[in-house]
Amino acid sequence: MSTTTSAPAAPKKSSPGFRERVDNLPKAVKIALWVVFAFFLFLLPLLNIPFITTEGSDFGGVLFTVATYVLVALGLNIVVGYAGLLDLGYVGFYAIGAYTIGVLTSEHAHMSWVVVVPIAIVVAMISGIILGAPTLRVRGDYLAIVTLGFGEIVRLTLVNSEWLGGAQGISDIPKPPGLELFEVPSIDWSSGAPVVDLGTTSTFLKFGINDFVPYYWLALGIIGLVLVFDILVKSSRVGRAWEATREDEDAAELMGVPTFRFKLLAFALGAAIGGLSGALFATKAGFISPDSFQLLLSILFLAAVVVGGAGNRWGVIVGAIVVAYFPERFREFADFRVLVFGLALMLLAIFRPQGLLPPRRTVRAKRADDRQAVLEEGEAHV
Amino acid sequence: MQNLIDNFFAYTITGLTIGAVYALVALGYTLVYGVLRLINFAHSEVFMYGTFAALWVVMLLGGRPGAGVGQVVFWVAMMFVAAMAMSGFIAVLLERVAYRPLRKRNAPPLIALISAIGASFVLAEIMGLRSRITGWVGLDDNLRDYVRNSRNNAGMPTIIAPQPIFTIGGYHVTNVDVFVIVGAIVIMIILDQFVKRSRLGRGIRAVAMDPESAALMGVNRDRVIQVTFLVGGLMAGAAAVFYMLKIGITRYDAGFILGVKAFTAAVLGGIGNLRGALLGGFILGLAENYGSAVVGSQWKDVVAFVLLVLILLFRPTGLLGESLGKARA
Repeated sequence: MSTTTSAPAAPKKSSPGFRERVDNLPKAVKIALWVVFAFFLFLLPLLNIPFITTEGSDFGGVLFTVATYVLVALGLNIVVGYAGLLDLGYVGFYAIGAYTIGVLTSEHAHMSWVVVVPIAIVVAMISGIILGAPTLRVRGDYLAIVTLGFGEIVRLTLVNSEWLGGAQGISDIPKPPGLELFEVPSIDWSSGAPVVDLGTTSTFLKFGINDFVPYYWLALGIIGLVLVFDILVKSSRVGRAWEATREDEDAAELMGVPTFRFKLLAFALGAAIGGLSGALFATKAGFISPDSFQLLLSILFLAAVVVGGAGNRWGVIVGAIVVAYFPERFREFADFRVLVFGLALMLLAIFRPQGLLPPRRTVRAKRADDRQAVLEEGEAHV
Repeated sequence: MQNLIDNFFAYTITGLTIGAVYALVALGYTLVYGVLRLINFAHSEVFMYGTFAALWVVMLLGGRPGAGVGQVVFWVAMMFVAAMAMSGFIAVLLERVAYRPLRKRNAPPLIALISAIGASFVLAEIMGLRSRITGWVGLDDNLRDYVRNSRNNAGMPTIIAPQPIFTIGGYHVTNVDVFVIVGAIVIMIILDQFVKRSRLGRGIRAVAMDPESAALMGVNRDRVIQVTFLVGGLMAGAAAVFYMLKIGITRYDAGFILGVKAFTAAVLGGIGNLRGALLGGFILGLAENYGSAVVGSQWKDVVAFVLLVLILLFRPTGLLGESLGKARA
């Protein structure tokens, strides 16, 4: 009688995915790749790459819009993806950030943009705490409705409050101070091949009213900072506490995680990033009105997170690009974009519910579930 | 405040009529939530399709102001038939297309919400683009009156002229007001009895109480869910008729804000609880009218949302508690 038990079958070795292959690269190569990629993103609005570049609407402006969506998606991802709190009123924080800029630089004071942006972030963060402190104790799906109500309350307050400009909104929001360091030429494709066009240039960080490329650069830089912050927070004790709270709140509480405090922190950080995005939006637009903050925007923001894969920062970036860029690129079908968008959401929910790029943990957990199912029900069921 | 005291009964009656509409739509949310534990985000579009069905049937039958009693009764009856059929159909279709495939895959509730949001967009946009869509199949000439200006308000002829029946505290209560309030209550009593006494009603309660045990006891879960959606749709259709009789204007996005308010009403009364929906609808209708009398009508929607937030904070299960299974009805 043999005492040796048969060794468990080695897990099937699948060919390494894109992610593993990138992870296995030497660090120097990874950094080099990042630098190249960042440089490419920096130049993107001026490359005028055929097919990608939007016709009819200014590509720099479109890229700026995409960048604000990316920023919003990163912020909302902290709330929805990391902490697992469904927020349908995120546009409220976006509006608060934008209006803080409007009120303090144009409507009631003329403070400097550099001073006002941090104030906008703090105001949005405080409003997140004020909303979160009482509501984060209610159940998940109720939270969705309370936040939905919050978004509407913010918008209706803007419409009805004369102090905030009423339905006309706030105009003449000043441009941020520029630097004018150097000029970046664009590429001309009209001859069929790329030619450097020194006549059409964008000045690095000169915030004008015709050229939106510098605003895109500004947003890109902020996204970089937020990404670094996001990576640091997610891999810290805070990130693990969020994950534990999301997966099983009671168990986390028993293990000594103050779940309420961490949920509130997620809410506040998400609100701060939402406020920052709103501040950027107001800066570029120069004019804001309650119409810019419809409830539909909240739904679009949430869709960006869910489409990309809630919980994965790269996924939500992809989601934001999909939600913001495609409607601009295919403007000729503008009348049908909401219809197509709705269909896409339904198809996604049915065929890829975890999003385009689900977080790694979800993939791991799914594999573990499959293995569990094999143990419980036998190979035949799988 | 003086305004509220002076016109107390005017605000009360208006609040009760709009509250009746909220209550009927809230039933759809409450029924689906009771059985599936998810927020049917697209229910507002079920209601919106009902308003259009009611409008179109009146146009088709040549409805006009000042007709005889017999004709008006016929028109209103046809409005009910058309709106309830349309809303019931849309609700069942919604369940088949947006919810059932997800249920088969055990998708988490967040995904169901996303699917419902998608379905809501699709339904609203199809209605908002109806002139284009009929253009593709070459019917836009024949249907011109029904599809033109598809993104603007569509108004219905006032087939029941509002006539004061009696006066209470200086406010003339019209026949439309009475019809809406009484009609809504009658329909809700019928629904209450259906859920309480009929075989299908018992199935609905069983699935709401414990889906797995119900399935083991031989309840066909899919069928019960389908019936639940159908009943919710029929209620929304009835609400659409009352809405068109009282307000008379609809649009492709008319469902949205009303849907949020009806959901508020459902939560207010205790979601999953049928009588709670009735109570919540009336309370919400009254509260937002009283509130708008005090702080100005432009704050009407804010009053409703603040009320929702307060209720959830202090009594998250709603006024009557939330259980379709445990509630006697």
